[in-house]
Amino acid sequence: MDRVTAQFPEAVAERYLDRTGGAWAVIHAEHLPKVAAFLKNELDFKLFTSIDAVDRLHLAENDPRFEVVYFIYSLSRHEHVRLKVRVSEANPELPSITPIFKGANWWERFVWDFYGIRFTGHPDLRRVLLYEEFQGHPLRKDYAMRDRQPLIPERPIKDIFRGPGTSGVS
Amino acid sequence: MADTHKPASPPSPEAPNPDIDAYAHEAELETHLQTKRMYVNMGPSHPAMHGTVRMKVELEGENIAESDCEIGFLHRGFQKSCENVTWTQCLPYTDRLNYVSAMMNNFGFLNAVEKLIGLEIPERAQYIRVIGSELHRIHDHLTCVGATGMELGGFAPFLFAVEARELIMDRVAELTGARLTTNFGRIGGMNRDLPEGWIEKVHKTLDKVMELVTEIDGLLTRNRIFVDRTKDTGVISAEDAIDYGWTGPCLRACGINYDIRKAKPYWVYDRFDFDIPIGERGDNFDRYLMRIEEMKQSERILRQALKTIPGGPIILDDWRIALPPKPEVYGTIEGVISHFKLVMEGIQVPAGEVYDATEAANGELGWYMVSDGGGRPYKVHVRAPGYPILSAVPSIIKGKMLADLIPTFDTINMIGGEVEQ
Repeated sequence: MDRVTAQFPEAVAERYLDRTGGAWAVIHAEHLPKVAAFLKNELDFKLFTSIDAVDRLHLAENDPRFEVVYFIYSLSRHEHVRLKVRVSEANPELPSITPIFKGANWWERFVWDFYGIRFTGHPDLRRVLLYEEFQGHPLRKDYAMRDRQPLIPERPIKDIFRGPGTSGVS
Repeated sequence: MADTHKPASPPSPEAPNPDIDAYAHEAELETHLQTKRMYVNMGPSHPAMHGTVRMKVELEGENIAESDCEIGFLHRGFQKSCENVTWTQCLPYTDRLNYVSAMMNNFGFLNAVEKLIGLEIPERAQYIRVIGSELHRIHDHLTCVGATGMELGGFAPFLFAVEARELIMDRVAELTGARLTTNFGRIGGMNRDLPEGWIEKVHKTLDKVMELVTEIDGLLTRNRIFVDRTKDTGVISAEDAIDYGWTGPCLRACGINYDIRKAKPYWVYDRFDFDIPIGERGDNFDRYLMRIEEMKQSERILRQALKTIPGGPIILDDWRIALPPKPEVYGTIEGVISHFKLVMEGIQVPAGEVYDATEAANGELGWYMVSDGGGRPYKVHVRAPGYPILSAVPSIIKGKMLADLIPTFDTINMIGGEVEQ
């Protein structure tokens, strides 16, 4: 983290070493790809672990609302690092790091699916666990636990062959 | 849909007409066969793939031109559910993440919560966690290896695996009271102690289980069909595997020595003598071999742990964390209050956040938790090992044969519960 701060002093907003020993830093969104590439290529943080977001709606400090957390691991030093990027509710958008880490692809889709945070430059930003017609983003704190979704009509599937017989094709 | 077929030469007016020319069909012998891309939907529940997942495969002949992997069929809102119950009530949900190695998920969750609170659990509880985890690691690998054998045409290894699993499950049932989803750990220690005479029984069980593992090993490892179908299929390079975030046996098959039990030992793993098997080529056969070898290493750990397990308490004697003993609840006011507070409000975890990982059967099982200081988790993120592994499948099977998809899908051991949360 010291080297990241030395390299990009303008990118790092806050730095912490929390009481469980985890090192993390809050990065400004526009510098994220640069910092991620630096961590991967220069500091050997190559193993891409995961991404998730925290909806800070009910926390004491809740502006901006979302915090996207990146977990990266160094195989040579056995060290975890967490990058955090804060995103506002009005414009939930971040640069994608899929070109840097291939593994980010599905995790960014996950965050889009459940929090509604868009990643610009992502090759294939679709929902990953829920269906396309799902309304809302269920891991946001203001999505009610017992919310229900409307039924959707059967999706037409192109080129489907339902078996022999004239009634097979619907 | 793009029809990639272009006729070799468009029919021209001079082309032979089969209606008037008896020899016109001879021209057909010269032309290319009609080919076009075929779309195959495998799944959601396909008989050739264990696990509920849909692969949309675009075939060119027998080769996979494009594929798309669709998951989410088992999604049940793990994170949302955890955020609405107390920390203790999350435990049954964690079991169901990986339903063939429930204890490992359970203990991984507990490990992270304990780290967040700052607890050191009793030594005996740490030993019991190691024993439970390693039993379930054998159980998980047996499932994977057996299913791989079966889906490639060998039914006997699967039967042996089921028999060995049954023996382990009997021991697990004696220990925890449940066969699959055990819900065995508690924050600060364990639910209950080992039953009487259980250790000797496990020793005997291990003898039998390892005999069956040797049998499976003998049936598959040198089997011509099995080797031909798994060797050099589903190959991934070490760089790609790291980039995708692979961990566990699948990463080690590429030659990367990364096992959290050695890299960052938790519980009492640093006291045992065991090796981490490493592969070379990163193909399906290596991933299969890793699992066979890991079962043997797990047996070594188990034997040592069962011999050296110390006595003592199995859960912390702290009424803010563990339920007080029943005589105290019924006899003292402090006991009643603690019991009531724990049941109604849950364990008060101090505000903060943690990321902690344990080595589950398929790799790094990471937990990121945020607590706002109440009895309920504010945020629980699970980093399931299968998720990044599955995300790499479309790229590693691109251009390969459709038949190679089956062993690839088997050896990465996708578990719907954890991938789809």
